[in-house]
Amino acid sequence: MLEPPVNPGLLILVLAVLVAVAFGLHRRRVDGRFAHPSVEEVAQQPSRDLSAWSSVTASLPSVALGEQATLVQFSSAFCAPCRTTRVVLADVAERYDGVAHIEIDAEEHLALVRALDIRRTPTTLILGADGHELTRAAGAPRREQVLAALPPSSREIS
Amino acid sequence: MTTIESRSTARGIDPRGPRFTASVTLVIFAVALLLSEDAPAAAAVITGVQAVFFALGAGLGVHQTPTGLFFRKVVRPRLAPPSELEDPTPPRFAQAVGLVFAIGSTIGFATGAILLGQVFAGFAVIAAFLNAVFAFCLGCEMYLLGLRLARRTT
Repeated sequence: MLEPPVNPGLLILVLAVLVAVAFGLHRRRVDGRFAHPSVEEVAQQPSRDLSAWSSVTASLPSVALGEQATLVQFSSAFCAPCRTTRVVLADVAERYDGVAHIEIDAEEHLALVRALDIRRTPTTLILGADGHELTRAAGAPRREQVLAALPPSSREIS
Repeated sequence: MTTIESRSTARGIDPRGPRFTASVTLVIFAVALLLSEDAPAAAAVITGVQAVFFALGAGLGVHQTPTGLFFRKVVRPRLAPPSELEDPTPPRFAQAVGLVFAIGSTIGFATGAILLGQVFAGFAVIAAFLNAVFAFCLGCEMYLLGLRLARRTT
């Protein structure tokens, strides 16, 4: 062979670092971003009349829906950003009238996790007054991101 | 309503500790990869030692590993106090995930299945790099997906 042989160990090391950098930068960009579901995604949902809230209450009968909006947070034990998310969402729920915050242990409610297609923790769903999912974000959202995604009717308690 | 609060331990750890440990892990696997082609036995010893570190971290907690102790005794006193503390459970779980990759890598290098060892080490590099540079715990993220797959029948 004319070309000098490349050390496969070095090649794998370089590849691994490139993958990690690309993945890390991608995650940094999308984490905590509330994306509105696209038309195709809405069409794919098994039944639109069955609201996200009815799935939640099927697993957790005792929880109450917020008058304006409900922040449904899925967490797990092995999840450091879940803690940050809890602080942010609890604070928003306290300051905004009619906004409720519910934290659900994903491990204990796997049926619900599947029904709502939760893939990571933390995942935050924002439900409207009627219990339908308005939007969701995977990864820890910043406070401004949560506020921007709330329905316009929710008002800060002055 | 179920919260995670009750399961978390009250005493947190400095989140920079696990990141420091991940940086050392990254260097260890990088060295093993670079040696693996010409000196697979040396690479096997290196990843074997890393497997012991991971086993200590998974068994006793991430702050009890040699790097965790070094961070507490030598590095942390030179840093400003942490702005917040972190639950030690997630990084401890990640150490258990890392152990699987370190064992796979060691077996590969030790038995002559060099490429197998390199692939395991490559995944370990990805996870350690994400943890050290982006403070992102890959093992912790895989946990929920793993549960969803493992408990299909429920």
